[in-house]
Amino acid sequence: MAFLEGNALFRNLYCLLAGNSGNAQHCGRDGLLPAGWEWLAFALVGFAITFLLLSAFLLLTMFYTYLERRLLGRFQGRIGPNRAGPFGLLQPVADAIKLLTKESIVPQGADWLLYNLAPLMMVVVMFMVLAVIPFGKHTFIADLNVGVLFIIAVTSVNALAVFMAGIASGNRYALFGGMRAVAQLISYEVPMVLSIVGVLLLAGSLSLVEIVEAQVIPFFLLQPLGLFIFVVSASAEMNRPPFDQLEAESEIVAGYHTEYGGMKFGLFYLAEYAAVLTTSGVIATLFLDGWEGPLLPSHVWFLMKVFFLAFIFIWVRATLPRVRIDQTMAFAWKFLLPLGIINVFMTAAELLLFGHEEAGGQGIVLSTADLWLMSVVNFAVAVVGIGAFSRLVSLRTPALPVSAPKPSAAEVV
Amino acid sequence: MYGLGILNGFMVTLKNFIRRPFTISYPEQRAPQHPRFRGEEFTWYEERCTGCASCAKFCPLGIIRIVTHPSQETPAEGDSYAIDVFDIDIGRCMFCGLCVEACPYDALFMGSGFEEAKYRRQDLVISVERLRTAEKRPSTWYRPQLEAQNYDPRRGEPMTWQGAGREPWPYHLPLRPTTEEMTTDREAKP
Repeated sequence: MAFLEGNALFRNLYCLLAGNSGNAQHCGRDGLLPAGWEWLAFALVGFAITFLLLSAFLLLTMFYTYLERRLLGRFQGRIGPNRAGPFGLLQPVADAIKLLTKESIVPQGADWLLYNLAPLMMVVVMFMVLAVIPFGKHTFIADLNVGVLFIIAVTSVNALAVFMAGIASGNRYALFGGMRAVAQLISYEVPMVLSIVGVLLLAGSLSLVEIVEAQVIPFFLLQPLGLFIFVVSASAEMNRPPFDQLEAESEIVAGYHTEYGGMKFGLFYLAEYAAVLTTSGVIATLFLDGWEGPLLPSHVWFLMKVFFLAFIFIWVRATLPRVRIDQTMAFAWKFLLPLGIINVFMTAAELLLFGHEEAGGQGIVLSTADLWLMSVVNFAVAVVGIGAFSRLVSLRTPALPVSAPKPSAAEVV
Repeated sequence: MYGLGILNGFMVTLKNFIRRPFTISYPEQRAPQHPRFRGEEFTWYEERCTGCASCAKFCPLGIIRIVTHPSQETPAEGDSYAIDVFDIDIGRCMFCGLCVEACPYDALFMGSGFEEAKYRRQDLVISVERLRTAEKRPSTWYRPQLEAQNYDPRRGEPMTWQGAGREPWPYHLPLRPTTEEMTTDREAKP
């Protein structure tokens, strides 16, 4: 019964329901269902927890959309939405009602299946990431031993969903957005994965729960460069400014969701904002010590970290203008990728230098003093690396060769 | 250079974030109007008005309509006129304030209001009843600066703009030679 260990959410509900035989060993008291019906308890509890988590997450996302608009307003010297409900808190509800009551249109010339499938895919992907994120001590849906790999794999489908939306719309702007999406999202996968590798080396595990437990000191102290690369490439992954090439409204009308309206657009909108929260959750887990913190309950700590990171994403959005598509690509391949490789090599070398094999344990163990030394070294490397690369690497596109002028009609004859 | 400009930009946005927002939520809060704002809802003091209709004569658009009759109240002092009709059609008013300047008895002032949107054009005409009952919120444009200094134009000495508390207007500073300088030049020439 591995699923009962350390998962407080699941354990409590399961013990309430499950049969006597299953209960006797693990829960210590009788459940509601007769013996032999553990499968039903398992299914019901799994469904209930998923439902609970999704509802809570959707509420948080709604609150986040409100928060982002409100904070953006403050950043721009405005007040932001404050009409619907107290302080405008019901604004996302009003938006949802508006989007739900709109007509659902499929444009002529669109691929019906792909067109309707794309928003669903985008949202489902965002929700699947939730499965492995630990929201607090003993609170998660699943503790996958390949959790990080799962997150990387699942979020990659995002690019496919965006391209599906772009190509199925039958609109040239949407197609532009989709093609930019493929270029950008695939490019930024590479530095993002490289930045996680440093964390994985330090933690010695792919399970997010074990990564949190492995953080003697929070990994953002040990991996400043990794955190920087991850934040930048993650904001490119979820199409946020300054990398919102996919829906650059001043260039290509609305990018891949030009032709979408009503709740189909609403799903894209939802996925976009949900992505910020899930990404913040992943960053909090990987770099900010997850749910751990003094005094306050673990869930509160996790939420605080998530919303702190979300605030930083809003701050970035309020500050930086959109970069050009060629600059975006150059930044990924010329700047982030070499820095990511340097980060991986640095971490591996430091582990070789400082680490020693524990007799009984499986992995490499570092003493706390060595960790602080590593932190100082890595911070120095991060500052020098970012400074050097911003000085050395030119993000300018080399000038295209000028094509020869066309021969005039007289010359041809 | 070295990405420091980006950090600088972040500090700029953070400063704006901490500062109070510039916008106000309009129906609940109202922007404070400048005291010299020439707004709608004219302020009219009936006790000073003699019904001379100078305002109506000076109005460039002719939108003030005044109908009077002799009041027969103070025949000994030279009778003044009672006002029957005092219509100001602010639908066509351009708020030049010439009527206020023309009034010899300081009876008419611009108002300080700005919320005079109406559904029908005829509602835009301010009637004499409304002028009588409306809250007096005179704009301090033109006359009341002088009034605030207890300046009586019919008895006292003329008052300078600076004496009335007006700021010297920077665009009217003597960039060209003054009239005196020009006249002395002209006299010196021949």
